[in-house]
Amino acid sequence: MNVRTYAEYQANNETPEILFWVGCAGSFDQRAQKVTKAFVDILNHVGIQFAILGKEEMCTGDPARRAGNEFLFQMMAYNNIQTMNMYAVKKIVTTCPHCFNTLKNEYPELGGNYEVISHAVYLQQLINDGKLKMKEGGEFKGTKITYHDSCYLGRANGVFEAPREVLQSLDAELIEMKRCKTNGLCCGAGGAQMFKEDEEGTSRVNWERTAEALETGAKVIASNCPFCLTMLTDGVKNKEKEDEVQVLDIAEMIARGIPNASL
Amino acid sequence: MQLVQQILFVLISAVAIFLFIKKISEIRRNILLGKDADCSDNSAQRWRNVMLNAFGQKKMFKNPLVAVLHFFVYAGFIIINLEILEIILDGITGHHRLFSPALGSLYSTLIGCFEVLAFAVLVACVIFLARRHIVKIKRFNKGELLGGWPRSDANYILAFEIVLMSLFLIMNACDLNLQQLHAAHYVHTDAFWISQHIAPLFNGLSATTLTFIERFSWWAHIIGIFVFMNYLPYSKHLHVILAFPNAYYAKLDAKGKMSNMKDIQNEVLYMMQPELAPTSTDPNAAMKFGARDVTDLSWKNLMDAYSCTECGRCSASCPANETGKKLSPRKIMMDTRDRLDEVGKNINLNKEFKDDGKTLLHDYVTVEELRACTTCNACVEACPVSISPLDIIMQLRRNLVMEESNAPQEWNQMFGNIENNMAPWKFSPDDRDAWVHAS
Repeated sequence: MNVRTYAEYQANNETPEILFWVGCAGSFDQRAQKVTKAFVDILNHVGIQFAILGKEEMCTGDPARRAGNEFLFQMMAYNNIQTMNMYAVKKIVTTCPHCFNTLKNEYPELGGNYEVISHAVYLQQLINDGKLKMKEGGEFKGTKITYHDSCYLGRANGVFEAPREVLQSLDAELIEMKRCKTNGLCCGAGGAQMFKEDEEGTSRVNWERTAEALETGAKVIASNCPFCLTMLTDGVKNKEKEDEVQVLDIAEMIARGIPNASL
Repeated sequence: MQLVQQILFVLISAVAIFLFIKKISEIRRNILLGKDADCSDNSAQRWRNVMLNAFGQKKMFKNPLVAVLHFFVYAGFIIINLEILEIILDGITGHHRLFSPALGSLYSTLIGCFEVLAFAVLVACVIFLARRHIVKIKRFNKGELLGGWPRSDANYILAFEIVLMSLFLIMNACDLNLQQLHAAHYVHTDAFWISQHIAPLFNGLSATTLTFIERFSWWAHIIGIFVFMNYLPYSKHLHVILAFPNAYYAKLDAKGKMSNMKDIQNEVLYMMQPELAPTSTDPNAAMKFGARDVTDLSWKNLMDAYSCTECGRCSASCPANETGKKLSPRKIMMDTRDRLDEVGKNINLNKEFKDDGKTLLHDYVTVEELRACTTCNACVEACPVSISPLDIIMQLRRNLVMEESNAPQEWNQMFGNIENNMAPWKFSPDDRDAWVHAS
């Protein structure tokens, strides 16, 4: 893949236009890696000069902070801000809404001031600016799609329309779930729940949410978050619908809609 | 006789107002037991929030039917207060319908409007009672609202409003009948819009009986209002006052932003760059992380607790609560208020807080509840009076993890992974960019 690190840009006395913050899930989780690659394909397709931090990127500290471990969060934030300020990073795009929220809302008062943009909004801008054109009669034309609002892009940051507009560009049939936008139901992973067993209860949050998604009759559940992706995929498997219903990130769907994509 | 009534009226009013102010001052003191928090920036946006969320009740309109009913009760509450002004002046001066001569036919129109509102309030309250007891709306019949005081509190409030409105209408109906009998003192007005239809019920009664019913209703109505006013601070109904400041002081940042802990930020900074550390540190400045008791929370958190109406929209939207976990954001708010009331009583008794061996964490809110939160902000979004249960949950979690090292095993592993591998999973940091080269 055509991916360069900030260090490589700097070694050539070049400055990338944008930093692609990959995040831990996007870097290590096999499923989320596919989203990362799809997004890189899109960035390369539009010919933007982007860089990753590579081995210099660290966890933003989001799960530590939300689990209550502020020390660990501050350690991670300190290191990441040092790295990004050293490279004089101006603009960041990320495929993870948890990273997005932390970088955008929580790093500024720690000395990390950047323009931070989620991949949903970035894709919408590329489409609106005419830089990203979908091929005619793509894979999702006429397909029933339901969009799941991640808490950290949706309620937490008020991004509701951009991802929907991105999906509109695929000529798909968008069906809303009973609870959507500000009323959207969580997938169950936030607040560091991703990293522990559920507390005792009568059901699991991801099962509830998946049931709502399946009720719409959609063939694709579109998401914008690597954790939602995992939770909803597990939910679909639990309902034994994995042969009929796909859970995809909006970046994967867009990547499949552009001509000559490698995915 | 008239003078005795006037003196009695002034005395009752004075006692009612004195007791109300005393209790409100106590609540104010309790709220100020919370830690400082600066919520005064961007006043333009804050006033907008007051107009939209408090006056406009924006969040209520997620369910338009309930919103309209609630709006009647609220508008009734505010507008009928104008009529109470006349009632109070009548009581002090010994007049009857003081404003009537000056306002002429406009007076009857105004009272007519008040009556329509009173009737709307009455109907709305009956519907609200039915929603609780006949339709059995889930959020009113669940968890912390299953029995006891919270449930009675809601019933008392609704019953109280129904009785007050009925007294107001009966009083006017008898008045109309007395006017027709040309009874002394009962100045002539046009027929009031609602009570003219109730008046026939009292036809044929003597002037003495009618006067008795009219006077009884008048006194019961105004004393009822004074009693209700003094009931407010003990009840969830306090939201009629606190919803306004609570909307003003609500967080303006993105919902996803957690409050920063400056002490820890500095600690980390001095560890990484020791040259920046202050040379003299106060050895007595013991750091306390997160919140263990109500006095560790901010005053805004504590005002939130007194503003809570226990409507349960938060818990109905909470993914953890919906899937049968113990967490209920409404319970978090009720626990905070109960504990704060307990601390307040302790201070009343002992002049200053005397350790009672209890804390909000553990004695009220359990670890299991705190661990179930997904930080999804649904509770914050749902609250019509701008409360953040999430903010309290997160501060308690911080105490749990940083003061007690009380975290589930998996979280401790996750912490270890982040510390050693810079990712929450056990992967080598060297492989962070391995995806670039993988096929």
